[in-house]
Amino acid sequence: MTLFERSARELQEGLHNGEITIADLTNEAFSRIEKLDGDVQAFLALDKDNALKRAEELETIPAEERGPLFGLPIGVKDNIVTEGIETTCASKILKGFIPIYDATVVKKLRDAGMITVGKLNMDEFAMGSSNENSAFKTTKNPWNLNHVPGGSSGASAASVAAGEVPFSLGSDTGGSIRQPAAYCGVVGMKPTYGRVSRYGLVAYASSLDQIGPITRNVYDNALLLEAIAGVDPNDSTSADVPVPNYASSLNGDIKGLRVAVPKEFLGEGVSEEVRQSIYSALEVLKGLGATVEEVSLPHSKYALAAYYILASSEASSNLSRFDGIRYGFRAEGVKNLMELYKETRAQGFGEEVKLRIMLGTYSLSAGTYDAYYKKAQQVRTLIKEDYDKVFENYDVIVGPTAPTAAFKIGDNIDDPMTMYANDILTIPINLAGVPAISIPCGFHEGLPLGLQIIGKHFDEETIYRAAYAYEQATDFHKQTPSTWEVK
Amino acid sequence: MAKLSKEEVKHVAHLARLAITDEEAEKFADQLGKITVFAEQLNELDTTNVEPTSHVLSIVNVMREDVAVKGLDRDVMMLNVKEQEDGQVKVPPILED
Repeated sequence: MTLFERSARELQEGLHNGEITIADLTNEAFSRIEKLDGDVQAFLALDKDNALKRAEELETIPAEERGPLFGLPIGVKDNIVTEGIETTCASKILKGFIPIYDATVVKKLRDAGMITVGKLNMDEFAMGSSNENSAFKTTKNPWNLNHVPGGSSGASAASVAAGEVPFSLGSDTGGSIRQPAAYCGVVGMKPTYGRVSRYGLVAYASSLDQIGPITRNVYDNALLLEAIAGVDPNDSTSADVPVPNYASSLNGDIKGLRVAVPKEFLGEGVSEEVRQSIYSALEVLKGLGATVEEVSLPHSKYALAAYYILASSEASSNLSRFDGIRYGFRAEGVKNLMELYKETRAQGFGEEVKLRIMLGTYSLSAGTYDAYYKKAQQVRTLIKEDYDKVFENYDVIVGPTAPTAAFKIGDNIDDPMTMYANDILTIPINLAGVPAISIPCGFHEGLPLGLQIIGKHFDEETIYRAAYAYEQATDFHKQTPSTWEVK
Repeated sequence: MAKLSKEEVKHVAHLARLAITDEEAEKFADQLGKITVFAEQLNELDTTNVEPTSHVLSIVNVMREDVAVKGLDRDVMMLNVKEQEDGQVKVPPILED
């Protein structure tokens, strides 16, 4: 039994009626991390002393000044900067880097009264689908420790699934919140591009990156998105669009909701068990009064190729800031500045990061720019138009989050194309910039499967309504992995 | 465009400011070759007159009032700098003798 079995609302009740204190919740997080993280390996850094101190301070705030997330602990992906807490992006090149300011989302968590307990492992610079690309450790899937938690926000999903923390933040460039959420049986939302400020998110691909919440249920997810969303003067790509009170519209009623199912999402490469779980989910949605129709997103098959060119190109530019001079790792014994750059980067970056920097630099270099980068941007337009067209007649698009359940650690990794194929259901969503959630919708051989619900730009509200109605009609989200029980 | 030559790979590595060994150059040539062949499927699509999308939001320029705001303290900004002298960042020689 753990306090983290409870929802945010139930925890607030406990705090309000004096059954538990904020310090109890903070201590619960650290005690579970201490007992479980030897197996799960989710955390790269902990901030125990400050967290406990803050728990005491928060205790003095009167009830009427407290919001729905007040006093609750949260873990933060290690590519989101946290003042005074080491932030590495799971890369050797940032080992020892202590940020001197908080990301806007971290500031907003604090304003909401949440307590950041530590930093979560990831694939280095968010490049990967399994957390095996971390320079420091491989996070395990709490449902089966021989399997990956997904990536790149693998530890953000695993820490919530294991009940080490009830909430976490991840980031999603091509599926990095949704795929691990699916693999770990939790709820993960990639908001509309521009919904959440990226200030303080270490950039991978700036036109695709978005920070989002990972939680154990849809209602809590809606609360957390509301807390972190909104325009920010420090991020000129954050959108000045009002943030609704998402949770207030969750009533379980989706009568008349128009659901589109793209035939491309249930085609080749999608396993039979995943397909069956989606067909069952569609029956549930129909039973709740939604209409379900098949549609086509004809350019889906080109998304992966376009993504790898665009994301790598942006990465090659963004990661040029890691030069060994102002922060992070610095190579020793070099003769001149050029050698300092080259040696620092050669020794500091891992294999996958180097490959993507190389691909991006090549795509952007003279003579290849039009053939690769510009072409990929044009294809991005076609992919975005696919989505625009479907959303003229439908409220949400539904499909699987990933083609299979979590794979075994060590599988797939030799062949980059196989790893990339794992992202095929999630990448077009980032290219189109639309929001999408993954929620639990079944199990295969003891590993969770995820249902993906995609919405219109800035219409997270409809996604949450559909996800909540589905969740209330099923009980997949109530199951916990065996690691959940602390020995 | 199929496989890149080792020389091409080394040139790209120089542009990317990455020191690479001969062995790595060969490996990158192979990997980049595979990915670029995969990327060439984009040529199946006719994109004549299709506008490129660099950004999904219809934002052009975002301006703010031209008012000075306090930046971060310099001493704080120097905290992560490995080599420094008199409040300045120190680097190895830029020009060769």
